[in-house]
Amino acid sequence: MTITPAIKKDYLVKLANSGKRADGRRFDEFRKIEIKTGIVLKAEGSARVKIGNTQVVAGIKMDVGEPYPDTPEQGVMSTAAELIPLASPDFESGPPREDAIELARVVDRGIRESEVIEVDKLCIEPKEKVWIIFIDIHILDYDGNLFDAASLASLAALMTSKVPAKRFELGEDYPLPLKEPPISCTSAKYNGVVVIDPALDEEEIAEARLTVATDQNGDIRAMQKGLNGSFSKDEINKVIKVSIDNGKKIREQLYNSIGK
Amino acid sequence: MNTEIKLIDNGKRLDGRKPDELRKINIEVGVLHRAEGSCYLEWGGNKVIAAIYGPREAIPRHTQNPLRAIVNAKYNMAAFSVDERKRPGPDRRSREISKVISEALENVIQLEKYPRASIDVNIEVLDAEAGTRCAGLTAAAVALVDAGIPMKDIPVACAAGKIEDQVVLDLGKDEDNYGSADLPVAISPRTGEILLLQMDGHLTLEEFNKAFDLAIKGCHIISDIQKKAIMKKYQSDVEV
Repeated sequence: MTITPAIKKDYLVKLANSGKRADGRRFDEFRKIEIKTGIVLKAEGSARVKIGNTQVVAGIKMDVGEPYPDTPEQGVMSTAAELIPLASPDFESGPPREDAIELARVVDRGIRESEVIEVDKLCIEPKEKVWIIFIDIHILDYDGNLFDAASLASLAALMTSKVPAKRFELGEDYPLPLKEPPISCTSAKYNGVVVIDPALDEEEIAEARLTVATDQNGDIRAMQKGLNGSFSKDEINKVIKVSIDNGKKIREQLYNSIGK
Repeated sequence: MNTEIKLIDNGKRLDGRKPDELRKINIEVGVLHRAEGSCYLEWGGNKVIAAIYGPREAIPRHTQNPLRAIVNAKYNMAAFSVDERKRPGPDRRSREISKVISEALENVIQLEKYPRASIDVNIEVLDAEAGTRCAGLTAAAVALVDAGIPMKDIPVACAAGKIEDQVVLDLGKDEDNYGSADLPVAISPRTGEILLLQMDGHLTLEEFNKAFDLAIKGCHIISDIQKKAIMKKYQSDVEV
């Protein structure tokens, strides 16, 4: 560990011992979230999400292509994330590195496995032609918790997407068929305290990380633990509860922002 | 050239502009917290964000110049910024644009103050509608000011072109696709020096002169918008 993070860690740990965080939040409090949709007119759907200083843009493009042979009647989705050098002095241009790939895969899994996109309805001609959905995520400003920001931006972009049928001469455009999405909330643990929505400072000193995605019924839809630290069973239960509570609020905000 | 679409009719263009009228431009300064300086620019349907990092040690080391800083501009288009999804990452077009923008910016930055350093200029095109290199350079210039990089001038870019045998300012999307010439120009507005100049299409000498003057006129108008945006940010900083 270099000098600056060591000093920072000291500071954050001292604050944590007296129940505080550097930006004055409670341990179970998210930063302010802003969701704005329809920001890129060339995209089928788009959204910019700010969580505190973290800023992410997601854009949806659709194309007509061949389905996979094992799912001949289902649409195809693909997710890519770019940690563009705009967002942080440490990001470099070029092919995606490990962290960009992990981010894209976690977001992809959250959307794919929870079956938010009704891929059965995206078949044009079995075995021949289906809709292909590209989710592209651009990190514009990096201040921690990219997982939640990227997932939320992708969902908001999907929920405002129109299938561009007219452009492909397949009839009128129509809204992308979707089901209720799960909302993901990430927590980080350092010095024995667990905080939700870690800022970059907190992320840098975190020993363990846990992402929990919950649906509208408060059921758990996806989880991912990261880093080499550990959680106790009690801590996990607490994280789940906090994630359900925050997920509820975020879902409400998401629906409000897309006018639903 | 596509003759089915009439690009200019009775002195009015497809989007209702006059021949010497710019699209609407809006500039916001300091939109990112992590970058040293940043700028968000909307120019018609273009949406561009620019961020500056540095001056910092140039890496890899063989790129360092012992006498001055280098400018490392990176122009990148988002996959969703165009009609047909673009494969992420740099291609030949974006590398060339990065190079000409770097060179134009090097002209105005006081490079000798930072030997061996690199000034990284990242330009991200979120939404594209003709004229993204001019939009990118114009945004980058404002971001450089926001980053406090010492410069001789604030460069600015604008294009002129030819549609239906008429010279017009600031080509829109269909005008770019179906028009007959495009002439992007970047200048140093204080001295009038030309920092970037490209042309494709077909212009007579007379048309070129007209288009060139028109582009420079456009640059000066945009230069004022740049300065107003910068003033707006730093004035409000003083008031707070």
